[in-house]
Amino acid sequence: MDDARGSSDATTHSDAPGWIGRDVPRRDGHDKVTGAALYVDDISLPGMLHGATVRSEVARGRIVAIEYPPEIPWHELVVVTAADIPGPNVVKLIERDQPLLADEVVNHCDEPIVLLAHGDRELLERARRAVRVVIEPLPAVFEIESALAKDVVIWGEDNIFRRYAVDRGDVDTALRDPDLVIVEGTYETGAQEQMYIEPQGMIAEYDEVRGVTVRGSLQCPYYIHDALMSAFCLPAEQVRVIQSATGGGFGGKEEYPSVIAAHAALLARKAGRPVKLTYDRVEDVMATTKRHPSRTRHRTAVRRDGTLVAMDIEFVIDGGAYCTLSPVVLSRGTIHAAGPYRCPNVRVRAMAVATSHPPHGAFRGFGAPQSIFALERQLDRVAATLHLDPAELRRRNALRQGESTAVGQVIGEAIELDHLLDAALTQASWDERRATFAAHNRTTQGPLRRGIGLAMFFHGAGFTGAGEVHLASVARISAHPDGTVRVLAASTEIGQGTTTIFGQIVADALAISMSRVEIAQPDTALVPNSGPTVASRTTMVVGDLLRRAALQIRGVLADEAGLGERGDAAFARACRRYFDAHDELVAEARYQPPPGLAWDEKTFSGDAYAAYAWAVYIAAVTVDLRTAEVVVDDFVAVQEVGRVVNPTLAAGQIEGGVAQAIGWALYEHVVWRNGRVANPQMTNYIIPTSMDAPEIRVSFLPAFAGADAPTKGIGELPMDGPAPAILAAIEHATGIAGTGIPFLPEQLLAALEGSG
Amino acid sequence: MPNRERTDIAFELNGRSVEVACHPLTRLLDVLRVNLGLTGTKEGCGEGECGACSVIVDGAVVNSCLVPAAQVVGCRVETVEGLVAHREGRALQAAFIAHGGAQCGICTPGMLVAATCLLRRRDRPTPAEIREQLAGNLCRCTGYVRIVESVDAAAVALVDGREEPSS
Repeated sequence: MDDARGSSDATTHSDAPGWIGRDVPRRDGHDKVTGAALYVDDISLPGMLHGATVRSEVARGRIVAIEYPPEIPWHELVVVTAADIPGPNVVKLIERDQPLLADEVVNHCDEPIVLLAHGDRELLERARRAVRVVIEPLPAVFEIESALAKDVVIWGEDNIFRRYAVDRGDVDTALRDPDLVIVEGTYETGAQEQMYIEPQGMIAEYDEVRGVTVRGSLQCPYYIHDALMSAFCLPAEQVRVIQSATGGGFGGKEEYPSVIAAHAALLARKAGRPVKLTYDRVEDVMATTKRHPSRTRHRTAVRRDGTLVAMDIEFVIDGGAYCTLSPVVLSRGTIHAAGPYRCPNVRVRAMAVATSHPPHGAFRGFGAPQSIFALERQLDRVAATLHLDPAELRRRNALRQGESTAVGQVIGEAIELDHLLDAALTQASWDERRATFAAHNRTTQGPLRRGIGLAMFFHGAGFTGAGEVHLASVARISAHPDGTVRVLAASTEIGQGTTTIFGQIVADALAISMSRVEIAQPDTALVPNSGPTVASRTTMVVGDLLRRAALQIRGVLADEAGLGERGDAAFARACRRYFDAHDELVAEARYQPPPGLAWDEKTFSGDAYAAYAWAVYIAAVTVDLRTAEVVVDDFVAVQEVGRVVNPTLAAGQIEGGVAQAIGWALYEHVVWRNGRVANPQMTNYIIPTSMDAPEIRVSFLPAFAGADAPTKGIGELPMDGPAPAILAAIEHATGIAGTGIPFLPEQLLAALEGSG
Repeated sequence: MPNRERTDIAFELNGRSVEVACHPLTRLLDVLRVNLGLTGTKEGCGEGECGACSVIVDGAVVNSCLVPAAQVVGCRVETVEGLVAHREGRALQAAFIAHGGAQCGICTPGMLVAATCLLRRRDRPTPAEIREQLAGNLCRCTGYVRIVESVDAAAVALVDGREEPSS
């Protein structure tokens, strides 16, 4: 945050060959290791009250009455209901179906109904428990299949938020071809909680003149800005959103913070005082979004040599009770459903359905991990059917330069997936371990079985299709007479290293040291709308805007102030000279799509993403047959991500994503009871500890496009591969081909007993 | 109202004597954060699972969300804010910055506190010992790889007698 304090040895050599590709220590490191960084719960404002939320305990029903029993001094509390919302009672996002506060009906458990505020948190908690919401229950829907069956229609006419279709070639003819082998499979993935260690929270202030100001834990300042303008009927300049230090997001702080910000602001407006609304862990897990559960059916037509001829895929995700971001999650899952493989005939039928669960939302990977899990498990089934090595099956079908993906995007890049596969197989000693584990498993008398499995995948970086064009993101840099510059962007630091990466990119383009580059805290009163911090787009898209803005600054200083040499001294001299004749030096860049990129949303075909990262991941496991416990012993993650800006931060992204995906595959089980999370605690929702996570061997291939290649987004990539690789390894170890995750010991045990 | 019954709780905090008037069952976490304004110690779960609220009480790592104030009367309490005064703490802070041991930073104070205890006890802990010591501190960002590396690097720096500055 504070530039002077964030500087260290590596940030002082401005004459070095450049900042890209160097292990610059993170700029926010000092504040984070000393405890100085201020997260929302560390902030107090004078006169501040605390807020609390009364929620539905029923999945679906009609609100008959809200009762306030007399044992609570209600006159001391601030009480807000839907009637207190100045604007439309809508969480502004894609559809206008989700209310800020439930009014006549509730559509999921833990839907917010009443807000309370008071200075005394104990009284507040007693009051929250005392409010009695009388709800007349209506039938609810908890399963994807019952949503599709339309037994009860809870959304629109058919319970379907969105459909997408991919049609390439002639799938039906291939499926009828008697010379081809047809392999079928159904795969399921469960909900997953983001479980950032900092629960969500916001502090709001309201003032008739200045309007609404909120600060808190968030990923996307302008999403909240938009939602507050709508809820309070205020113009842009009367809404201000400021990010405080944010303790992890992973997508979980993409859309829900708009709800909390609006709630805190409603309380602040009625109270006439600042209100802090923070969730404790249980409330956070029960009320906020999770990864969409999914069910995927595959029918694959393949030649006996392993050549893929047709894929018929039905991909369905459970969106929960309101639409939120489900269409976008579905879109990404659909585009990734056929993977980085050559296949002339592909049909995908994709649907996001409504259920009575709390809305599912953004979580690292955003639909792709779900459809890739199904595809990679299906390919293992194909390999087993044909008695082919799983790696060999991938090799035969891997995309090559000039070929196109299922949605018809021609890969112009000089990709070498063969080389990528070889690198991973070599690092993991694939052939050797495949053989020695198999021999061990055949001959051992003991309870331990060993296995090794892989996944090959790609991940599109940035918004899908024309998404980036619609966002039209802007980033800005100002230069100052003392030779320092300031980066103004809405991209948030949520642990992934935004401020460090931006510093590197700008210092590199200006040929100055990192200590001369300040990164403004995202605050909508200061920074332009650079789009949301999601979709692995920050480094690739916003970083490139900043690079362009920096080059503009350099150009102006070269033309008008004689800037020629590299280094801080020359830059400062030029700035001084420039400001002798001018008052300000600001440069701005707006997103422009790479030339020739075309996406057709109607036919769902074309250039879906500006860039793809490519990867092969390999997991080795030990399974204890007595307990069915699975230990991931070794994990190899090889990827090509273009040019790596900061190797330590990049590897940290991969390692963290792999660990989250191990949790998704083996431990993280959201238990639903009548549409409500039954295990909303860290005690019973299990994420990997330091004892569970393996050594993760991360490597980045040299960029396919050469040393000066642009950088690609990487944040979501590591979520895609681990789960199928781990289940493949379990299959290698035990012969049990798991088709659903989390693959818990009790399920594996039952399968082992069933298989005799 | 139980929290109206205040009593004076005196203990040593980061080398200084402090006294706080609070209910004896107030969580140590709240005493530190609310009464004393030291917000470096974080709350992640409130039930002793995540370790974000780790502090050192008389040399042992504890979850301050599970410790009532009355239990630390007369004890020596150390928090992340006090680490800079100790060589283990400084070495760990420098190593976490240099080796990518911190990402979002919310688990970092607890990690540092837990690791400090380990390095006071063991000169060169093995990676397995580091992982075991940190098993009560959850991190959702790093996959732990670089946290383990950071602790190891700090141990090496201390053994080598390198007194690394924290910034």
